[in-house]
Amino acid sequence: MREELIISGRMNPKIDPILHAWGWEIPLYLFLGGLAAGILFFAALYTIRGKEDMYPAATKWAPFLVPVILIVGLGALFLDLHHKLYFWRLYTTIRFESPMSWGAWTLMIVTPISFIWCALNIKLLFPKWDWKYEWLKQLEQFFLKYKIALSWIMLASSSILGVYTGILFSAFNARPLWNTSILGPLFLASGLSAGAAVIIIMAKEHAERLLFSKIDLMIIGIELFLIIHMFMGFRASTAVQLEAAHLFLGGAYTAPFWVFVVIIGMIIPAILEFLEIKKYKIPVVIPASLVLFGSLMLRFLIAYGGQASRYLY
Amino acid sequence: MKTTRRDFIKISTASAGGIAMTSPVINWMSNGKNDESELDEHKMKRYPTYCEVCFWKCAGWTYTNAEGKIKKIAGNSNDPHSNGRFCPRGTGGVGMYYDEDRLKTPLIRTGKPGSQTFREASWEEALDYIARGMQKIEKEHGPDCMALFTHGSGGKFLGHMLKAFGSNNIAAPSYAQCRGPREVAFFATYGSGVGSPEPTDIRDTKCLVLIGSHIGENMHNGQVQEMSDAIDKGATIITVDPRYSTAASKSKYWLPIKPATDIALLLAWTHVIIYEELYDKKYVEKYTFGFDELKEHVKNYTPEWAYGITTIKPDVIRKTAKEMANASPAVIVHPGRHVTWYGDDTQRLRAVAILNALLGSWGRRGGFYNPEGIHLPKFPAPKYPKIKRTWRDAFPGKYVLADLALASGMCDATIPTLDRDCSIKGWIVNGTNLISTLPDMQNTLTAISHLELLVVIDTMPMEITGYADVVLPECTYLERYDMLRTSKHRFPTIALRMPASEPLYNSKPDWWIAKELGNRLGLQDYFKYNDITELLDWQLKQVGSSLKEMQRIGVKKLNREFDDLYFQENEDVEFNTPTGKIELYSTDLEGEGFDPMPKYTAHPEPQEGFYRLIYGRAPMHTFSRTANNPNLTDLMDENTVWINPKVAKEWYLENNQYIWLQNQDGVVSTFPIKVRITERIRWDSVYMVHGFGHSNKKLSRAHGRGASDSELITNVMLDPIMGGTGMRGNFVTFLTEEPVRKEVKS
Amino acid sequence: MRYAMAIDTKKCVGCSDCVVACQTENNVPIGYCRDWVVEVMDGTYPQLEMEIRSERCNHCDNSPCVRCCPTGASHYEPGGIVTVTHEDCIGCSACIESCPYDARYTHPDGYVDKCTFCLHRVEKGQQPACVSVCPTKCMYFGDLDNPNSDVSKIMKNRKWKVLAPEAGTNPQVYYLI
Ligand SMILES: Nc1nc2c(c(=O)[nH]1)N[C@H]1C(S)=C(S)[C@@H](COP(=O)(O)OP(=O)(O)OC[C@H]3O[C@@H](n4cnc5c(=O)[nH]c(N)nc54)[C@H](O)[C@@H]3O)O[C@H]1N2
Ligand SMILES: Nc1nc2c(c(=O)[nH]1)N[C@H]1C(S)=C(S)[C@@H](COP(=O)(O)OP(=O)(O)OC[C@H]3O[C@@H](n4cnc5c(=O)[nH]c(N)nc54)[C@H](O)[C@@H]3O)O[C@H]1N2
Ligand code: SF4
Ligand code: SF4
Ligand code: SF4
Ligand code: SF4
Ligand code: SF4
Ligand SMILES: [Mo]
Repeated sequence: MREELIISGRMNPKIDPILHAWGWEIPLYLFLGGLAAGILFFAALYTIRGKEDMYPAATKWAPFLVPVILIVGLGALFLDLHHKLYFWRLYTTIRFESPMSWGAWTLMIVTPISFIWCALNIKLLFPKWDWKYEWLKQLEQFFLKYKIALSWIMLASSSILGVYTGILFSAFNARPLWNTSILGPLFLASGLSAGAAVIIIMAKEHAERLLFSKIDLMIIGIELFLIIHMFMGFRASTAVQLEAAHLFLGGAYTAPFWVFVVIIGMIIPAILEFLEIKKYKIPVVIPASLVLFGSLMLRFLIAYGGQASRYLY
Repeated sequence: MKTTRRDFIKISTASAGGIAMTSPVINWMSNGKNDESELDEHKMKRYPTYCEVCFWKCAGWTYTNAEGKIKKIAGNSNDPHSNGRFCPRGTGGVGMYYDEDRLKTPLIRTGKPGSQTFREASWEEALDYIARGMQKIEKEHGPDCMALFTHGSGGKFLGHMLKAFGSNNIAAPSYAQCRGPREVAFFATYGSGVGSPEPTDIRDTKCLVLIGSHIGENMHNGQVQEMSDAIDKGATIITVDPRYSTAASKSKYWLPIKPATDIALLLAWTHVIIYEELYDKKYVEKYTFGFDELKEHVKNYTPEWAYGITTIKPDVIRKTAKEMANASPAVIVHPGRHVTWYGDDTQRLRAVAILNALLGSWGRRGGFYNPEGIHLPKFPAPKYPKIKRTWRDAFPGKYVLADLALASGMCDATIPTLDRDCSIKGWIVNGTNLISTLPDMQNTLTAISHLELLVVIDTMPMEITGYADVVLPECTYLERYDMLRTSKHRFPTIALRMPASEPLYNSKPDWWIAKELGNRLGLQDYFKYNDITELLDWQLKQVGSSLKEMQRIGVKKLNREFDDLYFQENEDVEFNTPTGKIELYSTDLEGEGFDPMPKYTAHPEPQEGFYRLIYGRAPMHTFSRTANNPNLTDLMDENTVWINPKVAKEWYLENNQYIWLQNQDGVVSTFPIKVRITERIRWDSVYMVHGFGHSNKKLSRAHGRGASDSELITNVMLDPIMGGTGMRGNFVTFLTEEPVRKEVKS
Repeated sequence: MRYAMAIDTKKCVGCSDCVVACQTENNVPIGYCRDWVVEVMDGTYPQLEMEIRSERCNHCDNSPCVRCCPTGASHYEPGGIVTVTHEDCIGCSACIESCPYDARYTHPDGYVDKCTFCLHRVEKGQQPACVSVCPTKCMYFGDLDNPNSDVSKIMKNRKWKVLAPEAGTNPQVYYLI
């Protein structure tokens, strides 16, 4: 028998018995960040490709949600901070080795861009909108003129945001479950998939819905591939990671992960979207909402599961 | 099977976490806001003290910050008891001061005994009440029907008061429940007890033999420090314990003995050492008496014989005996301290004393040194009145060899019998939680029910305070002066305890209580000082120091009168025994009708389904006195019952499950206790740490946490020689569900 | 200069004095701790072995907690001591997540806290509080770059290990075995 005890009664809140320093705030923040990134990515992509009018939900309508999403996301991040009055310290330095730092800075760039993007389309929402001041009007003209350049910036920054939401976790070597390079692409894909799902819900035209259903289906395929790849990687790795992977392969997180994330969040919507493509009448809201749900759950389970995994010594 | 720390803490949060959640973080050293800063010793004031968390009495310093708040306690590096390092309990002593559950004001009982319903009273009223009660007892039964139970520094003043009043019934539980048999056994052998701190020269020993004595968990500071020094120097440690103690894990040899069979092992060692001629011949010849008788006596006590009894293999017995002999005379067969185990304890300790004598370790470097203390003159006072009767009169012809009063004896003498003309009628209980300290709780309660007056002086609401007629809140040791510490060591020292803060709440020191009570009893002539500082300064000036000097240095080292830490080569030594020699054959014991040499007698064994209940210490707690200390409960807030995996499997017990223990007499623990399945305990025994399972609800951190070993100790194995209360003859079984309890009618 | 600690598992008795001393020295609130004691026992009665270790922040040479801190609150002090500047810390917990030893916690006041090697004492030439109280004197602290320091000397004569070396953090708390 082996007996390993902490005999000094250690019970640091949120550290013992199982690390729980990050509660719901961080996974929600990551989900919303990924979602915003996904929407902005597609908006930028189809604007650059000159298909603004063909895909209005993607390029114009969905981005209206982004500032709200980002503000809620930042709100969640803010709630997570325990020393809130010192929040501004995030912006007194840039630390490239800290994903938290460049995440904060990326949001610093993405958020205003998303506002500008909405402003450029504001007349869709309020046809009688007037910018009142001359300099505002000039500014609008300026951005309209360089919209393509703006789109490129948006494409780049939203990709960074998307990747960041994945890398935030995988930067933490200390948590064996997060210690995999697959988490970055997986979260990026999940963010794009969620973005596509929102566009599907908002799209009025069948063509646009169809396109994003196809895109979503493809991304889900990639996600499933990445997930399988991730666990195969763990299985072939150290004892620590084996133990970590076990959380999802027999351990406490197995059922929620495979049921909520994989089956409900990926496989079922994939089937429904496939049927949709095959011209069956499916209420699009269903697969799209399932994708959003799955994407959210993925963040939560990886966040909690990761914190439950640790080095053994 | 594997228990990981994750599993462990996961389960324990269910309870501990629950507590943490209900009681918000205590900012124990600041009011409200957290004080962020680390301490800056240069900005702090320090006051000398000696620790009261246990009876090693380490001297140290209490540090206060700029606002005068007590912040920390640390050792005094000139003190041989602490060498500048306190143990966890001493370091955590601040928690005693900050414990918000402390007794805050005098209380007078309004409800039934034990019911803990009191009203607050002024000191005036409470002291008058006590004085009236004592005078009534004096008038109706005589002053010698008052008794004082005390464990702690303040007892000196109260003892003085009681002797002036006319009673000599003064006892501490540290004798008949603790080290009494050892003192009697060593006195019978060497003409001198062991005393405290034990003069074991552990730091220079080459071989340390621990019989039960669980140094490292038993945190008596100097011994722990010296054992560590000994490990550094490569000493061999031999530990005899049915449990894999911390000390066992540091030992070259761990002898996992069957409980209650130690005498057999000791006799077998004696046999090997004598018959393989491993003993110190010169020493034995020069200093001892009765070697031939001993040799004859142990003839048949062979290792093979002992194997069948102790389960220790003969070759291990021989090998360890040789290790001791090789180290001789720098070898210590440690006398232990809490030795009241099986009722034949004086004889077991005699076997230990004899073994040391054969190895020539008494009076030798690396064995036992000759300690020296200082004798301070007593502050002038009239002679005490002559005492007519004592508790001993309740036990005619018994326990003659007991050199100190028996707490259990005084308790028993309180219960009236037909042939006793006066039983004890009034108790003053100072700093001892008799309910959980004396075995056979029911007996203690019976005694209490016969009292006319029960005064309890304590710092905390405890089980005993519930039965008091009057409760007096003493301030903690950090808030008071006490008598100077003069205990013996390698060289004599004096240590001062002085307050680092005014007493919190309406609490007062014992010296004040004793004096005030004395005044009310018309004994003012015995207290001819206005303030304790007057007394201390007077005493110190008699030995060339002063209170002022002591306030600055805390500990004063003095020189030994003679260079006699160890015997000189070939020195002639006169021992204080009838023969003037180390008595391997005890003429004293023989004279009183006891075996002059120890014999092995078998003890009852647990029945099927029962396990021997053994208990011990956790390094971070002192009995019940620390059970509610915020700093120390943070380290350990309940005890567990250690159960061998084989046993657990038979009973389908799981780690961290809560169960109730029931003893051979059907007594069930009041509170459930958490199961710890561990290979560290034998399959015929279970183990728990003493001091938990408190029933007083006013202890917000300790109430109901863990179980009390004391209440399961209903079978007391009395030592016929000196009246020690053997407490390890109790057996328990497991209940996985709370039993239906009968209403207790009172 | 490279401060380090060496802890002798052969002498440590697990008394947890180091934990209480840290609490009183550094105003660690009750319910929290910067150091803790682990006991690992192996075997079957009566063939048993046990190791006792007092653990704390390892003041890693390659410390992920410093790397991942977005504000620079977690940083190295001279001698490699890793500390947190309370006024720079936003309490984002990134460093907590990054530490393989779970050595950090969020102080009830919001910032992240952990062992400082008692920098405030070390600066004055004193030993860290835990080292100075340990009744078994099983802890050694000092400058590894100085061959005459307590740590350097003891490490020369003894076998040692560090915790979770595979985490790549290069810990500077050594366990003598
Ligand atoms: N931390 C801490 N330290 C303390 C105290 C405290 O309260 N807390 N109290 C102090 C006081 S007053 C005292 S008296 C001492 C007591 O401390 P010790 O004198 O060391 O007490 P023991 O009863 O010898 O120790 C208990 C050990 O005896 C073992 N044991 C049980 N039954 C047997 C048996 O039949 N044979 C053998 N060989 N071993 C057995 C148990 O497994 C356990 O390891 O501790 C002192 N030190
Ligand atoms: N079941 C069982 N019984 C035992 C033992 C055991 O191991 N198991 N051990 C035995 C041994 S070895 C001993 S020495 C005895 C010890 O027995 P006790 O000395 O009775 O032990 P404690 O339970 O610590 O009780 C001390 C009381 O003193 C109070 N107190 C603390 N500080 C002060 C102070 O400054 N002033 C005053 N007035 N009161 C104070 C505490 O609040 C507590 O109520 O117990 C013996 N009884
Ligand atoms: S051994 Fe510990 S509790 Fe006992 S007097 Fe010394 S410091 Fe205090
Ligand atoms: S104070 Fe020393 S002996 Fe006690 S647990 Fe800490 S390191 Fe070990
Ligand atoms: S032990 Fe943890 S907190 Fe300490 S330096 Fe290493 S990574 Fe950072
Ligand atoms: S919690 Fe504080 S110290 Fe830790 S990473 Fe965040 S800002 Fe840095
Ligand atoms: S070095 Fe100081 S801060 Fe670190 S554990 Fe020891 S006492 Fe605490
Ligand atoms: Mo004792």
